[in-house]
Amino acid sequence: MAWGELKDTAAERRLFQRRAMVTLVFVTLMLAGLLARMYQLQVVEHDIYTTLSDKNRVQVQSVPPPRGLVYDRNNELLAENRPVFSLTIVPERSGDMEQTLARLGQILEISEEDLERFEKRRREPRRPFQAIPLSYDLNEAEIARMAVHRHEFPGVEVEAELVRYYPHSELTAHALGYVGRINREELQRIDPVNYAGTNYIGKSGIERFYESVLHGQVGYQNVETNARGRILRVLERVNPTPGEDLQLHLDLRLQRRAHELLEGRRGAIVAIEPSTGGILALASVPGFDANLFVTGISVKDYRELSSSIDKPLFNRALRGQYPPASTVKPMLAVAALDSGVTTRERKIWDPGFFQLREGGRRYRDWKRSGHGWVDLIDSVAQSCDVYFYEVAVEMGVDTMVRYLSAFGFGEDATLDVSGALSGLLPSRDWKRGARNEPWYPGDSVNMGIGQGFLLATPLQLATATALIANRGEWVEPRLLKDIPGDRSLAEFLPEQTHQPLELKNPDDWEYVVDTMEAVMHSPRGTARRAAKGANYRIAGKSGTAQVFGLGQDEEYDAEQIRERLRDHALFVGFAPSDNPKIAVAIIVENGGGGSGTAAPVARSLFDAWLEEFNVEQQATEITRAEPERGGN
Amino acid sequence: MALNSMVGNARDHGLGRNRGIWATLHLDPTLLLLLLVLMVGGLFVLYSGADRNLEMVKAQVIRFGVAFVVMIVFAQLDPAVFRRWSPWLYAAGLVGLVAVLVVGVGAKGAQRWLALPGLPRFQPSELMKLVVPMMAAWYLSRYYLPPTFSRVMAGLVIVLLPMFLIVRQPDLGTSLLVGMAGIFVVFFAGISWKLIAAFAAMVSVSAPLMWFFVMREYQKQRVLTLLDPQSDPLGAGWNIIQSKTAIGSGGIDGKGWLQGTQSHLEFLPESHTDFIVAVLAEEFGFIGVALLLALYFMIILRCLYIAVTAQDSFGRLLAGALTMTFFIYIFVNIGMVSGLLPVVGVPLPLISYGGTSSVTLMAAFGVLMSIHTHRRMITA
Repeated sequence: MAWGELKDTAAERRLFQRRAMVTLVFVTLMLAGLLARMYQLQVVEHDIYTTLSDKNRVQVQSVPPPRGLVYDRNNELLAENRPVFSLTIVPERSGDMEQTLARLGQILEISEEDLERFEKRRREPRRPFQAIPLSYDLNEAEIARMAVHRHEFPGVEVEAELVRYYPHSELTAHALGYVGRINREELQRIDPVNYAGTNYIGKSGIERFYESVLHGQVGYQNVETNARGRILRVLERVNPTPGEDLQLHLDLRLQRRAHELLEGRRGAIVAIEPSTGGILALASVPGFDANLFVTGISVKDYRELSSSIDKPLFNRALRGQYPPASTVKPMLAVAALDSGVTTRERKIWDPGFFQLREGGRRYRDWKRSGHGWVDLIDSVAQSCDVYFYEVAVEMGVDTMVRYLSAFGFGEDATLDVSGALSGLLPSRDWKRGARNEPWYPGDSVNMGIGQGFLLATPLQLATATALIANRGEWVEPRLLKDIPGDRSLAEFLPEQTHQPLELKNPDDWEYVVDTMEAVMHSPRGTARRAAKGANYRIAGKSGTAQVFGLGQDEEYDAEQIRERLRDHALFVGFAPSDNPKIAVAIIVENGGGGSGTAAPVARSLFDAWLEEFNVEQQATEITRAEPERGGN
Repeated sequence: MALNSMVGNARDHGLGRNRGIWATLHLDPTLLLLLLVLMVGGLFVLYSGADRNLEMVKAQVIRFGVAFVVMIVFAQLDPAVFRRWSPWLYAAGLVGLVAVLVVGVGAKGAQRWLALPGLPRFQPSELMKLVVPMMAAWYLSRYYLPPTFSRVMAGLVIVLLPMFLIVRQPDLGTSLLVGMAGIFVVFFAGISWKLIAAFAAMVSVSAPLMWFFVMREYQKQRVLTLLDPQSDPLGAGWNIIQSKTAIGSGGIDGKGWLQGTQSHLEFLPESHTDFIVAVLAEEFGFIGVALLLALYFMIILRCLYIAVTAQDSFGRLLAGALTMTFFIYIFVNIGMVSGLLPVVGVPLPLISYGGTSSVTLMAAFGVLMSIHTHRRMITA
């Protein structure tokens, strides 16, 4: 082929040149168009995209404050924070959720329960891009497996968070309460800013009452993240203010001793330091592992706990409302003396029963043969019922209510004990309202021995006992002893509201204490065996509360009654009686007689508190002092 | 001719003394210098776009080296060689494209590679970017220019056949580039403006048909996303939103080299490949973009000069078409990254990471140099 020979090459060249010119203009215009587009983006709309770019890159993250720790009075740690690794998913980043969960299931063991809870939380309202926990408390092998497969799972992270841990959980669950995941109701209540990074909130007890103190103040950080939300750099950080540590009046040793003493039984012990109102021990047995509740208890565990006949979740010390039985007699003795119904000298004849009128119903004494001639001191020491039947009727319900309420019955008199119940202090108005019946004299008779409608919690009994130990000086019971650091206790502890119970004859206090000493130390005192060999004087009163009523002529046979229907054994008391260091209230459910079952428990606690621990304390002080001396 | 005086004559006279050496080497020093500036500058942007991955930069340097060798080899061949081989290469290319559709390998739902035993795997469609304009130039330059209507039609068939095969892979970006290269040959051949207008009308009519019968779902999605990126901000719209954010936040003078937050924080996808101009725009600002466009414009000017001064019609048509292919690369890529065009897989020439396009482009520049330096001692 002969290229171009027959062609008009000059014409073709000119044609091409024209087309090239057109092309050049076209190219120039198009490139100018691109440049104009860039100008639009980079100069005209620069501010918009700068904002977008910063928003992309900088995120404000909340930094949750570490929760305050809780110590006992000897600085034993009762509640701490432990790092726990949980697996979380940000649904906005994870892509197809079904598939993600299925593939995660091949790597980790994810329980049905975890999945259920996850799905539930996914449906709940939440902030966009907020991670939802899938499973908690990953072990090291699981963390390692996730680290290997991490790149396959966008939006899935292993997150470390500080989670509440109770090292002495079984012992302290009822005294401290516990924290748990914030639920929907609480979400409405809390400050969304301060709780932005917090997943846990105090659910009960100290954890709940001092939530605002323990929680602290949230911090935040501006972080630079990549498109996957992974933090690359912290640009600015305002540290959170950690929650305040709390020191409680609680003594872990006494608490442990209380649990040991009630081992295998159901019951409660409250011990109070009368001078400070500090709660030294608050035991409800059986206890439970509060750690189970922190990250969310499994249905199986919960069912086990809640369906147990022993009711381990039930806080008997604060919420168990029992008839106080004879333990209320010292308080009624104060009432009878001060109201002038009786005198120290008055004696009555106890034939073994009491009748409101001749031929009427017989209110029996626990001692069927009767106590014979008894005065007030004998009546308390031997727990004579008839004496108290009589003075109760003479006082009438109004007077009894006036005095008993001064002792803190019928109210929650505590300063910072969350969830304490008020018991029941029955009155005319109460009976009219609740039963639509008038107050019968027979109701007063029953009330005279702490039976009938009157109900009190172990904490209330301990409070009333401490009031006697203080000779009428009110010091409301409290758990918080100190907040280490420079903030004053008064900032956090509610103010006292109770006026001292002043008697017309203040010496009556000593007299009533004497009656209680007689219970322990007189030859006929009901609890004399429990006080045997004590190096200090004890003031106490036992009580035996009927679980179900006995007809007036029915025979009482503890052996024949099923264990659960046996009487509750109670005891209140304090020691040393002239300079009380500890006041206790004890209830042993279905324990039988108070003097036989509950009083020895009190004795052990007194021994521990007044002697054993003191010796230990001195010993530790000596060993602490020695190395210092050696060092010099 | 204005074009001659702007670039050509000044250069030719200025470098007159060296002209002999360059002619012997069959290289064009002006084009070579511009390409080197572009590639070296591109390596800096790549280093940033690849998030300081020096290995990637090294790999790119090696590819550039290979591409340079290819360019030099192509520059040594006489344009007559290309002309003679055009029909055979074209036929082989078509066979290759069919083979890709039948036995090709690939990723992401597209078959683009042909793995023949004993040969490195390659993309026949990439080869077609050079071969189609060659074939069209060969066919049209055999006859009088401007071509008759029937020859225009025959020329268009030459272009559309491989284009259709490439769309089937599917690879919209490459088919677009191949098609445009061929169509520019037809345009440079002198097709009448009336016919151009008629074709333009036809295309605008057939566009809806393309939408319904040719385009795949993901391609439609890209177009829809272009129209409203916010409709799917975390899905398909993500790329466009993020690249526009990168470009826009760069401002006039940019955030500084390696200081681009969009790309370094992984917000910008494909920051070292197709979207690399966003990195440049973010870090060097409008000034950087303007310099880049100026550099590209100078390369295009030089290439058009080569085309205009080519000795025969084949050389002119081929040189013009290859120049326009280069331009289409630039326009489609930057248009896409800046949100003017839908997202199609077209790299930024000689800057984006990747070997295939660099080699093809440098081969094209080799052809241009060949056309420019193989001159027969006759005057037109």
